[in-house]
Amino acid sequence: MTTATKSINGESSTAQKHTISILVQNTFGAFNRIAGLFAAKGYNIDSLSVGQTEDESVSRMTIVTRGDDQVMEQITKQLNKLIDTVRVVDLTFESFVERELILIKIQTRAETRPEIMQIAEIFRAKVVDISPKTLTLEATGSQQKVEAIVKMLKPFGIKELARTGRVALKREFQGEV
Amino acid sequence: MSSSKSQRAHEGKMMTGSEIFVRSLIEEGVEVIFGYPGGAIIGVYDALVDLSDIKHVLVRHEQGATHAAEGYAKATGKPGVVLVTSGPGATNTVTGIADAFMDSVPIVVFSGQVPLKLIGNDAFQEADIVGITRPITKHNYLVKDVRDLARIVKEAFYIATSGRPGPVLVDLPKDVMAQKAAFEYPKSVNLPNYVPTVEGHLKQIKKAADLINSAKRPVLYVGGGVIQSNAAAELTELARKLQCPVTTTLHGLGSFPETDHLSMGMLGMHGTWYSNIAVSYCDVLIAVGARFDDRVTGKVEAFAAEAKKIHIDIDPSAISKNVKVDVPIVGDVKRVLLKLLDHVKPLDTGDWIKTIEQWKREHPLRYKKGKALRMQQVLHTLGELTGGDAVVVTDVGQHQMWAAQFFKWKHARSHITSGGLGTMGFSLPAAMGAAFGRKDLPVISISGDGGFQMNSQEMATVVEHRLPMKIFVLNNGFLGMVRQWQELFWRKRYSHVQLLNPDFVKLAEAYGCKAYRVTDPAEIEPVTRKALEYSEGPVFIEFVVAKEDNVYPMIPTGQTVQEMIDTPEPVEPPNGAAAEAEEVMVLEKG
Repeated sequence: MTTATKSINGESSTAQKHTISILVQNTFGAFNRIAGLFAAKGYNIDSLSVGQTEDESVSRMTIVTRGDDQVMEQITKQLNKLIDTVRVVDLTFESFVERELILIKIQTRAETRPEIMQIAEIFRAKVVDISPKTLTLEATGSQQKVEAIVKMLKPFGIKELARTGRVALKREFQGEV
Repeated sequence: MSSSKSQRAHEGKMMTGSEIFVRSLIEEGVEVIFGYPGGAIIGVYDALVDLSDIKHVLVRHEQGATHAAEGYAKATGKPGVVLVTSGPGATNTVTGIADAFMDSVPIVVFSGQVPLKLIGNDAFQEADIVGITRPITKHNYLVKDVRDLARIVKEAFYIATSGRPGPVLVDLPKDVMAQKAAFEYPKSVNLPNYVPTVEGHLKQIKKAADLINSAKRPVLYVGGGVIQSNAAAELTELARKLQCPVTTTLHGLGSFPETDHLSMGMLGMHGTWYSNIAVSYCDVLIAVGARFDDRVTGKVEAFAAEAKKIHIDIDPSAISKNVKVDVPIVGDVKRVLLKLLDHVKPLDTGDWIKTIEQWKREHPLRYKKGKALRMQQVLHTLGELTGGDAVVVTDVGQHQMWAAQFFKWKHARSHITSGGLGTMGFSLPAAMGAAFGRKDLPVISISGDGGFQMNSQEMATVVEHRLPMKIFVLNNGFLGMVRQWQELFWRKRYSHVQLLNPDFVKLAEAYGCKAYRVTDPAEIEPVTRKALEYSEGPVFIEFVVAKEDNVYPMIPTGQTVQEMIDTPEPVEPPNGAAAEAEEVMVLEKG
């Protein structure tokens, strides 16, 4: 879903989902500053995932947000200005690999358990916890896959859910491999 | 550096964080600190007693300290330094830091903090100043280990003064400052991710030169970046080589002498008529160190709509932020202009200049002199008496706009004001800071009655140090600018803009300052002259001015040059014969 927004020079532009990958120095307050930049522009962070990289002193933050292209360009420039930022890539317009991990705790009864297990198998999800009334599944995949599994399991009653948010890396060969 | 010999003697010696801190400031060449002590920072204040190389100015409010640091930085080009305690001391600096952030002023604010283990415990005088100032500082630090202190001080000064300058805050927990470490001041900074672009891309510069060389109606749009980069001479050389008319922003005033026939004064919401018209008719707009702020552009889509635009700026995020430009050049203004000068040639702008001169004749800045004292006259007279050889620090409001219009600006760093944030109460402390930094020209603070009262407590500091400052208060009994808007756009429904003021002369004298009051226009010149000549200390003048007066021209917010309102006062015909009829170039639009 896109919404038309006015941007620089009054040219209309549509808001769309952007995936931004930021390499940032692991210093105190670095993440806060980055999150603050988005908040200041009134841009909601749909998901945020951060972790160490091959260099211990550098973390990679993958942020999924929604906004029009011109403002995203401004945000990217502002992110680059920060002292702790090593590199910023807006992956939205490149080919990239993306994955997300989800843990879902579903309400179960003896009758419903087989069907739930079937769904789990179809999505190649693993059972990581079980109790008389619940079942916890772990699934990984693209954001689309994760959203699909949640939709399939919703009718059974989801007790709790935890998503990591998207992590992404640029594809080496841009385009299909 | 004054005591570098004794500094070297201390290399490697074990000392407390407070001592390392003071020695680090000496390494940075800091000459004056503006501050206010308190519990959390008392250790540092003790270290200051023995190391008297640095002058510490005790202000009367931490906000005054930050504005003083700003005034010092803007007047000298050196970073301003602030030292305050934790909690309320730190939070009182927030306005000044936000002001420095908006106007890209290099200041470093050092705040005391409660001991590390008490942070987050709602300790006495604790405030998360690092969290609070994160969005309004270029960068900030919390020192967690005394061994990091010297490096952090060096980085703080480097970040504040390089690239696009800005405020940096360093939080100093009391226990960390009491710990001991060997004093070692790093020789260089290690910030691999922060490398400001200084040299402009030659290809872009050549592209800009080609565009300029083909221009028939060029305009130079000059901002504060020219002054920050110390590039007034290069800018002047470029304008004169090209014979290109120049208009400046509020912060650009002084970068090009207004006595030059190419000068069109300030542009924007309260800029001159002819500068705004010229920008709307120009075919090439050369933006140098300016940021296309909304006070200048009005309706963004209509700003210089006919023109191809070149933008020279050190901050890549400022380029194409509000207005898309055709030739962006990221780099230090001075370096870029030097290269650009090699590639441009004189232009044939005779007709364009003639047209602008016609506009100047038809819509000059004007005010009628009468029985009532008018701010415009006070500022105009000040300009004539000083010849532009002064450092003028204005507050915020109508007087600020009239000062920008009627003072004849000549020198870089002669105009200091709060532009982006528009902080009332800026002038008195900022002028004080400027007075500590500049001994070559008289420093004059100009405030309205509203703004003066926001930081009037600094009168004590001014008198204590016997600074030879001139302090003008233009008193109309109103919050003038807001009153003007209420008059023009809110059906004259004055809502809370009238001020009951103290007797300003008595107030100044209570502080021990020489003070005068002017009520008659005939007194403006003699009293101002007397104040300018007095050099034994500060002198205060209250000018009782007309209650209701409006700043023109005016382009209301978000509107275009078509909606520009000029003053209703008629243009006085020139003395003697009628003006010669001149052929005016008819401009074809579109």
